[in-house]
Parts: sequence; structure tokens; C-alpha cells
Amino acid sequence: MTAPAPRTTGAPAAPRRRRARRIPYPLLVPALIGLAFLVLPLVGLLVRAPWSSLPEQLSSPEVWQALRLSLICATSATAVSMVLGVPLAWLLARTEIPGRRVVRALVTLPLVLPPVVGGVALLLVLGRNGIVGRWLDSAFGLTLPFTTTGVVIAEAFVAMPFLVISVEGALRAADPRYEEAAATLGASRLTAFRRVTLPLIAPGIGAGAVLAWARALGEFGATITFAGNFPGRTQTMPLAVYLAMERDPEAAIALSLVLLAVSVAVLAGLRERWLSTT
Amino acid sequence: MSSIRRRTALAAASVLALAAGLTACGSDAATPAASSAPSAAGSSAAAPKATGAVTVFAAASLKETFTELGKKFEAANPGAKVTFNFGGSSALAQSINSGAPADVFAAASPATMKTVTDAKGADSSKVFVRNTLAIAVPKGNPKHITGLKDLSGVKVALCAKEVPCGSAAVTALAAGAVALTPVTLEQDVKGALTKVELGEVDASLVYKTDVKADAAKIDGVDFPEADKAVNDYPIAALTKAPNATGAAAFVAYIQSDEAKQLLTAAGFQAP
Repeated sequence: MTAPAPRTTGAPAAPRRRRARRIPYPLLVPALIGLAFLVLPLVGLLVRAPWSSLPEQLSSPEVWQALRLSLICATSATAVSMVLGVPLAWLLARTEIPGRRVVRALVTLPLVLPPVVGGVALLLVLGRNGIVGRWLDSAFGLTLPFTTTGVVIAEAFVAMPFLVISVEGALRAADPRYEEAAATLGASRLTAFRRVTLPLIAPGIGAGAVLAWARALGEFGATITFAGNFPGRTQTMPLAVYLAMERDPEAAIALSLVLLAVSVAVLAGLRERWLSTT
Repeated sequence: MSSIRRRTALAAASVLALAAGLTACGSDAATPAASSAPSAAGSSAAAPKATGAVTVFAAASLKETFTELGKKFEAANPGAKVTFNFGGSSALAQSINSGAPADVFAAASPATMKTVTDAKGADSSKVFVRNTLAIAVPKGNPKHITGLKDLSGVKVALCAKEVPCGSAAVTALAAGAVALTPVTLEQDVKGALTKVELGEVDASLVYKTDVKADAAKIDGVDFPEADKAVNDYPIAALTKAPNATGAAAFVAYIQSDEAKQLLTAAGFQAP
């Protein structure tokens, strides 16, 4: 994931020395092993795929139910992450709130926290007997575990930090003087954010959203712990793959192929914007 | 502008790299690094006693009894160390068939054991106990559940039909002509049990032995249809056992009178 080639005449790039030199083996060998390590499992998936029975495997309604649920939940979780995460990133990058470094550390914690732990934590807070969940249940009759909303919450919990970090990085890289100029011209802070900052960091938001979406799509641990597993309601693709592996490995491979295809499609769709090589 | 983009993309890339590492270790909970047996070189012919590491894959419902039996087995066989991997029988069978280094497999249903014997993972198996279902409810039975019929109106956790407790639940519900939509299908019986313990569901169908083992935290309700869904528990020494002597010794021990007593006390029935 590197930036697209510079198109504007900004700061001139440092001239690169291109000398035809042999690649040293201590770098080449581990690099090739690393490449094989990343690619071989995917090749294995394609080799072992039950191609003849694939149409039959994929025509079952459960597959599409799980895929549909996965796409809906991942997209909803990304939307939630954007609505809450972009302002949070702005708060971290542009204001001097007390204890900002602590807040920043707390925001990034779900990034390093094992997702299952996140699921347990969510259950203890938003579960029917949880600190907040109990109140939600008695006041609104609202229970979140074992619902599709629960899946979205679990996914947003693990995915949002990716967006926040990405957007905060974009904000720090963006020149605050544009906002200051807007302010001197009479724009309120909110207007400056809306009209100046947002367009400026749009690529960062986009990159963060993609990361968050991909993370949400693959989310397993927090989902199965907090939202449980029920086809059509909370059984997303990763859960379906995991369960199918116990009963029918061929079905698991078929489901995995679908997820692989989705991932490749997403990467291909983004190639132009974020994945072009410099 | 380009430098902004580049930095953004770089930040994103580093986050992605980190993410890849995280997701990689997120979901494989099954296979424990079974410390391979320091094989009792040559001495196996002389002494029938087990030595070295014995790795036992056992159905989640056997957790309490097997843990205790493992300690007794170790006491009777100095030099032997029993390591357990408890989980849903079908997940365990799958990892055995995929080459997980296990010596003994104890499943909660013959059908699951059959997937291992069919794959030549074990030559033969022997049923050592039977188990029946019960309804687990939170302490005090707040929803006043007296039988299967009462489950249709409350939040219920069942085992997924892939695992033996799930298929037994399907049979029992069919026998009682009760149609219900559970809120979740758990990977093993302990998962269904903890959902009751946490109060997240009002009831779940688990084994009688699970209710007994967890009596301090939950209550159990017996129901007549359970007799229609009795699960046989087979045990087998695996053909690819790294510690074959240890495997045979453990399988024999589980069928000993001492083990039988403990299993019966825990609520299991004799086959």
C-alpha cells in the first residue's frame, strides 16, 4: 500500500540512484520464503477446491445468507466507525484535551487486544446482565447479544481503531494553516472542518474505511463471543467457514473461496487509488 | 498534497501490517502445541506402565471428570503426563483428521468417532459411558421452566447440530414435537452452558453431567424426551499416536472400575 505517483508539482522528489546491483542473498532468500509463505496457503485453497461440486456447494441459500449478512454487517460497522471515528480522530489530532495521550492509547487498545477478549468485554457491558445492557433491557427492552446489531457492534469495536489511526495520521499530515485561514475569513470551527478539513483528509478517511471494512469482514472472535452464532442473524462468513470445517471441509473450502474472491475484488477495485506501485 | 497522501497511505499500510498479524492469531483456538513425548525408549516391552506425554482429545462434556481422572492416572503412572484438549467433538475429530498430534480421542457420539475411524485415524473404539440431556436454567429457574414445551417462548442456546449435543438436542426436540428458534448455536456444550451462567439466555439444552458439574451456578430441569436422545461416548487409541503405550494405558484406565465409579458419580450412565 503505497501512495500513487506524485501528480502535482509539489516538493521535488529526491533523485534516486539506480545502480544495477545484484540483490544480496541474505535479503533475497528470506524475501522469497516470505512470499511463498504468504501465497502458498492461498494456492492450496485453490488446488484443494472442489471445483466439480462447487456450483452445488455455492447454490445453497446458507452461503448467500452468510455472505449477505457479512457484507451488510461489515458495511454498517464501517459506517458506524466513520460517523464516530472521524470526529474522534479530529479530537485527538486538533485539540488539546486533557489526557490526550491516554485517550489515544485507549482508542488503539482494541487494535492489539485479542478480538475474543473484546467479545467478552462487550458481553459484560452490553449483555443482558451487563453494566449498560441491564439498563438497556429494563428501560427499552433492548438486548444486543445474539442480534445482527450485536454483530455490527462487535465488528465496529475491533474495526474503528483502524479508521481512527488512519484518519488521525491524515489530519496530522494535513496543514492546519488551511483551517486557520478559513477561521480568519470568518468560518466557524465546524464549518472549517466540514468545508476545509474533510476534503483535505478524504483520502485518509477512504483508506481508513477500507481497512476498517476489511477488518470487520474478517472478524470472528468478538462476533462469536458477543453475538453468538445463528444462520441468517449472526452467522457471518468467517463463522460459517469455521463451523463448516467441522462438518464438511469441502463446504468450508467453497465458502473460503467466496471470501477470497470478495477480498480480491476489493483489492482490485482499490488498486487505482491506494495500491498502485510507485 | 502528494506528500500528505503518501504519509496517509504509509500509516494505513503499517496499520494493515499490524492487522494482518492480529487476525492471523485471532481464530485458531483449537490445536495446542502438544509437547511431543520423550518416548520411553525400548522399555515399553518390559513395563506396561505409561510414561511420557499422553495427549487426550476429549469432548467438552468430559472436562471435569477427565481432568480428575487424568490426575489419578498420572499418580498411578509416575512419569506420565496427561495433556487434555477439550472441545466440541466434531472440531476435535476434524483436527485429528488434519494431523493433530493426539494419542487418545474420546467423543460424545459414535457418529463423530466414525469420522476418525473412517479416515483410518483409529482402528476401533469402545463405548465407555452414555449421557443424556437436561435443561440448564439460571439459579432459581426465574422463567419457571418445567419441560421442553416451555422453551419455545424464551431465549435458548443450543449446541450447533454439527456437535453431538446439538444433534441430540434436535432429536429430543423432535421427540417432544417442540419447535423453537434458539438465539445462538454454540460450538460445544460448555459454550451453551456459560450463556446460561452469564444470564444471557434463559435456558439451554446441555448434558445432565454438565448441570451436575456446574450445580453451584445453574439449576437443571430433567425432561422425559431426553430418553429418546441418549448419546454414547466412544473412546479410542489413535493409530498415529505419538505415544502408543500411553494411549493404550489411558484407554484401559478409563474403562477401569475406579474410572467407572468416578464417571457414574458425575452423572454418566454405564453403557
